[in-house]
Amino acid sequence: MARSDSSGKGAVHSKTSLTDKVRSYWLHHRSSLLGSLMRLLSTPGQTLMTTLVVAIALALPATLLVSLSNIQQLGDSWDASPKVSVYLNLRARDAAIEQLLERLQKLPEVADVQYLSSEQVLADFQRLSGFGEALEALEDNPLPATLIITPGLAAVEPEALKRLGDKIAGEAIVDEVSLDMEWVRRLRELMVLGKKIVAALAALLALGVLLAIGNTIRLAIENRRDEIIIAKLVGGTNGFVRRPFIYIGGWYGLMGGALASLLVAAGFWIIQDTVARLALLYQSDFQLDTLGIGGTLKLIGLGTLLGWLGAWLAVGRHLAQIEPR
Amino acid sequence: MISFSSVSKRYENGHQALANLSFDVDEGELVFLTGHSGAGKSTLMKLIMLIERASAGQVVIAGRNLNRMRRGQIPYHRRQVGVVFQNHQLLFDRSVYENVALPLNIAGFQSREVGRRVRAALDKVGLLDREKANPITLSGGEQQRVGIARAVVNKPPLLLADEPTGNLDPELSAEIMNLFRRFNSFGVTVMIASHDIALIRSLNHRVISLAKGQLAHDGLLPQEQGG
Ligand SMILES: Nc1ncnc2c1ncn2[C@@H]1O[C@H](COP(=O)(O)OP(=O)(O)OP(=O)(O)O)[C@@H](O)[C@H]1O
Ligand SMILES: [Mg+2]
Repeated sequence: MARSDSSGKGAVHSKTSLTDKVRSYWLHHRSSLLGSLMRLLSTPGQTLMTTLVVAIALALPATLLVSLSNIQQLGDSWDASPKVSVYLNLRARDAAIEQLLERLQKLPEVADVQYLSSEQVLADFQRLSGFGEALEALEDNPLPATLIITPGLAAVEPEALKRLGDKIAGEAIVDEVSLDMEWVRRLRELMVLGKKIVAALAALLALGVLLAIGNTIRLAIENRRDEIIIAKLVGGTNGFVRRPFIYIGGWYGLMGGALASLLVAAGFWIIQDTVARLALLYQSDFQLDTLGIGGTLKLIGLGTLLGWLGAWLAVGRHLAQIEPR
Repeated sequence: MISFSSVSKRYENGHQALANLSFDVDEGELVFLTGHSGAGKSTLMKLIMLIERASAGQVVIAGRNLNRMRRGQIPYHRRQVGVVFQNHQLLFDRSVYENVALPLNIAGFQSREVGRRVRAALDKVGLLDREKANPITLSGGEQQRVGIARAVVNKPPLLLADEPTGNLDPELSAEIMNLFRRFNSFGVTVMIASHDIALIRSLNHRVISLAKGQLAHDGLLPQEQGG
């Protein structure tokens, strides 16, 4: 073809200005956003299934994380300064106890010793545990007198503390020595471990979300094969064809995240009363951690992101294969 | 408008569909493409649409060299070519109106402009009163006309039709062909692949014939002696 002006003529018919292009781009985003939602709502069964899968996969690690943070709160509210509890023999005579107290107070590793008689221990226990009546039924007090030792600077190191514990355990009238710090530290270690396990589980479930949404998108693409081919044939760009599917993935993620937040909130709401009653018994300032607004937004945001990503991956894999033939 | 020079197309399975094909179609022409089944008519149109790429030679459409066209430009090229393909028919999950509007939505027209153009296109094919119908409720001939409306709604300077009268009776076929001639009279370059030699002969336009992927004839068909 020799005449070059004819190309110009062809272009004039459909040439759109840049602002037109930008406007049509956003217009299509809007219509894809709403259109994909309409499409999802028009097949409520399928939509609910996928949303539920996403929601459960998100709710599980979220519940575990919130539970962990509650346990951590419990551990933190424990007096973190190390204490040594010394349980004395039930038959120990007062004079022997008096001597031991004096000797302990002279040790350089010991900053302070507090003596609790077996009656005091029983009273404390009754007050804290709520087992008051049951204990009153007992004839003899089964609880031993207890010394609470606050270690001095010389025993802040765990090893030094342990040596101090061993030394006291060797005393004749001492039944048992427990290092409270040890208990708190173990709890902390468990927490770290627990968080790692939850993280691994969350990663696995996130992968599950990606696959579930990817598969749903693959089916959606397959169902709309003819439409995709015709759109490409009449000049639809890859972006144009891709957009509705990406939005479907985003919607699934968003709805799944919202439903997951609801599930978690409902779960904690159910146990809230019980926890509040227990907290009153043991430690009045304990407040049950829940997802909160921040956590809810994070969960929904994460769900949307995963849905979007899953759709994006599926679309990349499957859409390229659908071309007019 | 269409320029093929020494174009060959060999499919991946090794089949040679077009061999050393050269011809030009000027702007505003109407040409028929004929040839036995498997001669390469559809392949030729797929090259123009960049559904397939030439193995050798040059394809130039409206000054655009398709050999050098990048993937990202293909959609914009296709918006300049209206197609009526037999196997890419209408979408039955939406109305006639929405089917015809698809190319305009893709090109990003404003909805008022879309409405105006869709109705103009449906008017030209005589289906203005069916815009709300689902295409599945239309006859074969009517469906074909909706397809034509979709192909011309974007006012492309070039219109391709691959066997647009394939399943239609002679009367409807003639009607469809007249429709294409009407678009041609408005300046649109039209290329129609067809087996219907009798109909083509009666219309007396330029005919390009293929045989085994090669050019067998280019020009007016000789009129039959004595009818
Ligand atoms: N995708 C493909 N892969 C391999 N071979 C193909 C492909 N498409 C077409 N062919 C072969 O190329 C040749 C030309 O096919 P084409 O569809 O262009 O013929 P046609 O002239 O349109 O025939 P018909 O009149 O039957 O539609 C045929 O032999 C066909 O088998
Ligand atoms: Mg063919």
